[in-house]
Amino acid sequence: MKDTEMLEQNVTNHPVKIAARNVQVYYGDSQAIRDVDIDINDKTVTAFIGPSGCGKSTFLRCINRMNDTIDAARVTGDIRIDGEDIYDKRVDPVQLRAKVGMVFQKPNPFPKSIYDNVAYGPRIHGLAQNKADLDGIVEQALRRGAIWDEVKDRLHAPGTGLSGGQQQRLCIARAVATEPEVLLMDEPCSALDPIATAQVEELIDELRQNYSVVIVTHSMQQAARVSQKTAFFHLGNLVEFGDTDDIFTRPQDPRTESYITGRIG
Amino acid sequence: MGQILTTGAVLPLVTLIAVLALGGYFLARRRAMISAGGDSRKLHSLPSYYGYNAVISVAVPALLALGIWLLVQPMLVQSSVVEMIPAQAVPEGSSVNLIMSDVRRLAEGLDAAVGAGAISDAEATDLTVADNLRAWLAERGVAIGAEVSPEVLQAAQAYREMNALGHVGRNVFVLLLALAGLLLAYRESHADFRARNRVENAIKALLILAASLAILTTVGIVLSMLFETINFFSLHPWTDFFFGASWAPNFRGDSDLSILPLLWGTLYISIIALAVAVPIGLFAAIYLSEYAGPKVRATAKPLLEILAGIPTIVYGLFALLTVGPALVKIFGRGEDGLLGVDWMSGATSVLTAGLVMGIMLIPFVSSLSDDIINAVPQSLRDGSFGLGATQSETIRQVVIPAALPGIVGAVLLAASRAIGETMIVVLGAGAIARISGNPLEAMTTITTRIVSQLTGDSDFASPETLVAFALGLTLFVLTLGLNVLALYIVRKYREQYE
Repeated sequence: MKDTEMLEQNVTNHPVKIAARNVQVYYGDSQAIRDVDIDINDKTVTAFIGPSGCGKSTFLRCINRMNDTIDAARVTGDIRIDGEDIYDKRVDPVQLRAKVGMVFQKPNPFPKSIYDNVAYGPRIHGLAQNKADLDGIVEQALRRGAIWDEVKDRLHAPGTGLSGGQQQRLCIARAVATEPEVLLMDEPCSALDPIATAQVEELIDELRQNYSVVIVTHSMQQAARVSQKTAFFHLGNLVEFGDTDDIFTRPQDPRTESYITGRIG
Repeated sequence: MGQILTTGAVLPLVTLIAVLALGGYFLARRRAMISAGGDSRKLHSLPSYYGYNAVISVAVPALLALGIWLLVQPMLVQSSVVEMIPAQAVPEGSSVNLIMSDVRRLAEGLDAAVGAGAISDAEATDLTVADNLRAWLAERGVAIGAEVSPEVLQAAQAYREMNALGHVGRNVFVLLLALAGLLLAYRESHADFRARNRVENAIKALLILAASLAILTTVGIVLSMLFETINFFSLHPWTDFFFGASWAPNFRGDSDLSILPLLWGTLYISIIALAVAVPIGLFAAIYLSEYAGPKVRATAKPLLEILAGIPTIVYGLFALLTVGPALVKIFGRGEDGLLGVDWMSGATSVLTAGLVMGIMLIPFVSSLSDDIINAVPQSLRDGSFGLGATQSETIRQVVIPAALPGIVGAVLLAASRAIGETMIVVLGAGAIARISGNPLEAMTTITTRIVSQLTGDSDFASPETLVAFALGLTLFVLTLGLNVLALYIVRKYREQYE
């Protein structure tokens, strides 16, 4: 049902948001990513699939320079968001991360109230003029995170007290609250049960209206359900990138075909 | 053999038990092997387990019985001999206890004389008061308080007789027990017998014993302090102790013994110590866990922890010889001082002790806080970085709030160390009990007063000495309360992330 909806959307191709050329990532002496070239479109969900250790999460973390927090990691090559090189010396990685939000594998709400979790980013970046403004931002973010109705009566309860699925949607709302342009999701459903997963997937589809979403997933069904574009990584290489429909029905590379039919991975 | 059964010494008996146990080891192992037809694979347990089981069966009950007998026999003999001494035999100004110690010494002196071959056993039994026993024993190095009276001699002879009987009974009983254990273990040693389980249960019992000993000792310490404290409160009004205003012990009696000035000094010094240790320790912990690279961390952390290994008496010397004079130079000496004021006269003061104690507590706070900060999951930091927060914002707004309960626990533990600290305050704080707000004055603490009330000649019946126990118990309750609170907070915090 959903697949057909997405196919219609695929017809309109949005402009390129993130352009990566010749990206290499090293952890110490070992190379985790080699020669990755990819164009990620705006207002599109792009899925990264591939076996464990193939480099898909590493590449995702290059897009908001989260690899900078790991001492041993070294990134070379060229990644541009809206034509601007994010590894340029003039770019402050902290400012970049406000523009490129990230949702992690395990829900990681801060040990604060639901309200303070969402207000964290806006407060740091001074997005709100006053309390009423902040209330508005929090409400809007929680609505976009599709969790407003569940938490509107207990905004000052601790965020850690929510269920796993609610926590993950709270984390998405928290990422949305800083008004990012790109939303990176690193296996956002791997710690969730099928019902919570369905809710988050539905949310991802809605987020596509406003953001360029990049999602790393181990589930090929999930990639097929939520994404319009799919990139297949294997052993640090970007093997194949194209429309999700094409990747899953007419893979060009024998490795992609082996992976999606379950022969490798 | 007859000698072994009658001797009062314990060593031959223990040796005999050890020999039986060793013999039991080999006998039981051999019997088990034979029952399995020489094939150890058919045994339930490894052959040595049958041997160990025999050792346990022989030695444990026998040694336990021996231990209990050694405790009980003197008490029984003593109480029955005391009854033999008539009240009129106790001279004026003496007590039945003194007479009893004479009886014991006389009996032991006679035993020693018999043992050395000076007189025969029969002669010793037939001695009379006329034999001038006091002088005779004095020649052999046994001192007796008074001339030996007929009652004392009679009691001493009864004492010897009962002890000799007791020794024979003890030796026979213990040996029979050991032999019974040997027999039992020998008969049990069969291929199907679960010797391994038995031995492992015995090991478990040993571990439980060790754990309960530690707990029982704590209970014992508390109880002994409690009884002495009750003694103290029967001699001194508790209202003065808890609510009085001055501390002025006077060994001629009629002292003011109030805890309040001491408690004030203790708390004042502890607060200064925490004011030094908490910020420095916490900042050091934040630097080490969040900013320092692995190399810096690997060197700085052990260096910081060296501070924790310095004996507190050395800190005390540091307070007395370095910090105190330095403070006097700043705050004292009038025109010659750095500030030109004369606020501080001696090197000992609340500030001196507090500063040095704070230095002592730095590694304590930093090490605990470092562990707690490291326990904050990396995912929380990633979440914060992912929202565009800087490292400093992440630490201030995510890491520290998440770690706060644990840090509070660490601070409370440090506070209980500060309250119980003795050597630094003995040397650094002075000895004047007073309630004052001036940190440059000498004050004194609960711990230093305990030391001074119990050192030197102490009469354990006067309130001036017994007050030490009341002080100690109060201190114990105070630190125990802080520790329980701290552990409760730390534990609650730990559960949050598991």
